[in-house]
Amino acid sequence: MSISIKSINKTFGNYAALENISLEVPNGSLTALLGPSGSGKTTLLRIVAGLEFSDPGEGRILFHGEDVSETPAGKRGVGFVFQHYALFRHMTIAENIAFGLSVLPRSLRPAKAEIHARISELLKLVKLEGLDKRRPHELSGGQRQRVALARALAIQPKVLLLDEPFGALDAQVRKSLRRWLRVFHDEIGLTTLFVTHDQEEALELADQVVVMRNARIEQVGKPQEIYDHPRSPFVYEFLGNVNKLSASNGSHRYIRPHEIEIAFAAEYNPETDRLAKIDHLFSAGPVATLSVRLDDGQFLEVEISRKQLDELALDPGDEVSIRIMDSSKSGV
Amino acid sequence: MALRPSTTESPLVRRILISTALLVLSLFLLLPLTAVFAEALRRGWEVFLASLHDEVALSAIHLTLMAAAISVPLNTLFGVSAAWLITKYRFKGRAFLLSLIDLPFAVSPVIAGLVWVMIFGSKGWLPPTAMAEALAPAARLIASLAEYDGFGWLLADLAAWLADPKIVFAFPGIVIATVFVTFPFVARELIPLMESQGSDQEEAAVTLGARGWQIFLRVTLPNIKWGLFYGVLLCNARAMGEFGAVSVVSGHIRGETNTLPLHIEVLYNEYQFSAAFACATLLAFLAIVTLGMKSLVEHLSGHQSSGHK
Amino acid sequence: MAKRRVIPGFGLSMGFSITYLSLIILIPLAALFIKAAGLGWAEWWNLLTTPRVIAATKLTFGASAAAASVSMVMGLLVTWVLVRYDFPGRRLLDAMVDLPFALPTAVAGITLTQIYAPNGWIGQYISQCASWIQTNYQPGGWLGGQVEDLAAKGAAYSPIGVFIALTFIGFPFVVRTLQPVMEDLGAEIEEAAATLGANRWIVFRRVILPLLVPALITGFTLAFARAIGEYGSVIFISGNLPMKTEILPLLIVAQLEQFKYEAAAVIASAMLLVSFALLFLINLLQRRLDWQHR
Repeated sequence: MSISIKSINKTFGNYAALENISLEVPNGSLTALLGPSGSGKTTLLRIVAGLEFSDPGEGRILFHGEDVSETPAGKRGVGFVFQHYALFRHMTIAENIAFGLSVLPRSLRPAKAEIHARISELLKLVKLEGLDKRRPHELSGGQRQRVALARALAIQPKVLLLDEPFGALDAQVRKSLRRWLRVFHDEIGLTTLFVTHDQEEALELADQVVVMRNARIEQVGKPQEIYDHPRSPFVYEFLGNVNKLSASNGSHRYIRPHEIEIAFAAEYNPETDRLAKIDHLFSAGPVATLSVRLDDGQFLEVEISRKQLDELALDPGDEVSIRIMDSSKSGV
Repeated sequence: MALRPSTTESPLVRRILISTALLVLSLFLLLPLTAVFAEALRRGWEVFLASLHDEVALSAIHLTLMAAAISVPLNTLFGVSAAWLITKYRFKGRAFLLSLIDLPFAVSPVIAGLVWVMIFGSKGWLPPTAMAEALAPAARLIASLAEYDGFGWLLADLAAWLADPKIVFAFPGIVIATVFVTFPFVARELIPLMESQGSDQEEAAVTLGARGWQIFLRVTLPNIKWGLFYGVLLCNARAMGEFGAVSVVSGHIRGETNTLPLHIEVLYNEYQFSAAFACATLLAFLAIVTLGMKSLVEHLSGHQSSGHK
Repeated sequence: MAKRRVIPGFGLSMGFSITYLSLIILIPLAALFIKAAGLGWAEWWNLLTTPRVIAATKLTFGASAAAASVSMVMGLLVTWVLVRYDFPGRRLLDAMVDLPFALPTAVAGITLTQIYAPNGWIGQYISQCASWIQTNYQPGGWLGGQVEDLAAKGAAYSPIGVFIALTFIGFPFVVRTLQPVMEDLGAEIEEAAATLGANRWIVFRRVILPLLVPALITGFTLAFARAIGEYGSVIFISGNLPMKTEILPLLIVAQLEQFKYEAAAVIASAMLLVSFALLFLINLLQRRLDWQHR
């Protein structure tokens, strides 16, 4: 089921949280809303869920062409996973998952046995078999996250919405859960929209990335597209480490650290290269990072492989020649 | 139809709930408060003022102020000391000590008075006769000192008391009963506050070379001043308004051992309603000031006890 | 070897606190228990089970339980309104809740009596209402007696008066225990329930209320513990008839006035034991509440 967001505005008092937002989320896609805090991404997600409403006017939310703008959250059929999971701490895991089914009107409510079967099925799906009798506080962060997901899926939602799904987890769990979610999404094929402030997460996980900033959408596209062709300095800087190089005429150029080649000073070619001096050198890990100072005093960060570093046998204070690779998308 | 967030009730339900709460609170809280002033002024301003100017009433006010002036500083000192002990150190029996501090809250005020009668009453452990015997040498010494000039008047009073050392049914009894019931107020206000602030700042002060009192006066005190102020305020309100405990130990001697609340009781039981309520307005006013201060302190310390953020 | 402590003042604060605590609280309470224990078990029990003490115990505990229950319901409503809604006068109302804490009990006592007496602001309507019921329905039995009482005395000078005073005293405990818990519930959990299709009533009943239960029980226990020992606000409105409207603290005073120190000590020691048990329970509940808070 696709989601169409049309001309949404949202203000809180004098503060504009969203300004004229329109977006298409294709059926079955996994779309990331990426932006710094305060960019409006969570507000947008909450408006899609019906937890917040857009300012009166043009703004519309459509699920597969059907206008749901006026439908209350409970009737929209969205599965929403909250940042801190919002599990009901006085209920067992099974009761948490069953909640959405148990509050259906009697005529629509599945029989006890059926609910039971659904719980087992969901627990298996999120790899938490056997934990049905536990309570939320007895589970780890990653497990709670998956319970929240199972609870959201139990009502067989039309779309799945996740607010900073990995925000409250530590780095290790975050990474494994991220891969798991990607595989999981491909299995169930549910249209999914998630909010994150972590560019790595968005780029790795999503089919489509929506970069937001100051209540507006900055750029929409496939991860590769956005990374390679950022449309603004903001997107450039937000999508990972970047050097900002000022030219003498006052214009700027953006260069990613791995887009710089490094060689001995002896190989310096005045046409294409620049001279620099190594300031610092960080070589723990597979990639070495060098901080170099250009002849005009600007600093650049350069990433080279460990192997290359060993071959060059560089030390802080050494003179080197650097060349900015052609593939680099200068710009702006 | 206006769209409503899914975590609020419909305006109708909301209005019904607010009105019911307002009705309950006004009938239950506002009405009694109004009644105090209405009853006091029922027979006019002159009767009201006369009841307050009455000699017995004035002596009751004096006694009440004196009792509070002694017990509040004592309990403030204890409160700060106990809060420091409980929040800055971890030691065996800490949780038990915490419960002991709460103890007077759970004790009926009547019992808080009774315990002193059990000790200092005529059938107690230390009856006035035994005390007089034990204190006789001291009484003689002070009496001889009192014959010289200077603090003669104070010493003479002290000598007179030492000769007939009454605690129960006298002013000292009123003070110790008041101390008992107001014991936890300052500590109770400070402990959660200091607990939540942690000891980082004090430890930082230690590493910077500050000594004990410097740490307390220049690091801790500025951080807890509003909580301390409110604790003292509550302690004072209770000290001035205490009835049950004081009633048991005072002996109800008019003009001598009747505090303001006890005076109100006497007047009320003698059907002098207007006079009783006139005196009650003073205490009701104290209560209003205390509540007002509480709101003010919450406002000033930026700590809101309620409401939307 | 003594443990080394970084922050100075341990010895001083420990010494002063313990000495002061012992002098003011522990030794006096011990004196009372020793007095009561001096009687021996049989005599202690004898003095505790006189009909007058039993009647006072029933009244005290019954009225306290009823008052704490009503406080709980009223407290839930008022806290909900204070925490959830914004309306003119909310802050004033919030401050007002503490009035029973701040108003001296003697003042509360005479005021409540004045209001609920048969010619008082509220008492007159209660009295009229009861008279009307009496003439129209003539209820008999226990109920008839109650109605007759109400008609003659308003809500004062009866067990109902005791109940009213104790509700007044206990009500703020419930509000102040519930308030922080309700403020901390967070919108997320209700939103989660809403996205799963639950309507407002179901959210309240199945999500919010269960989370408030520990705080409600704690508030109830605090109000109950306070009510049992309450003296000043009750003695004016209760009428103080032995066997009928006499509460336990008043009975202690009555014994004392007749110089029956032993009987007073016995009742007081029994009441203290109950208070300690309640204090212990409150501590347990509070710990659970703190734990749940995390």
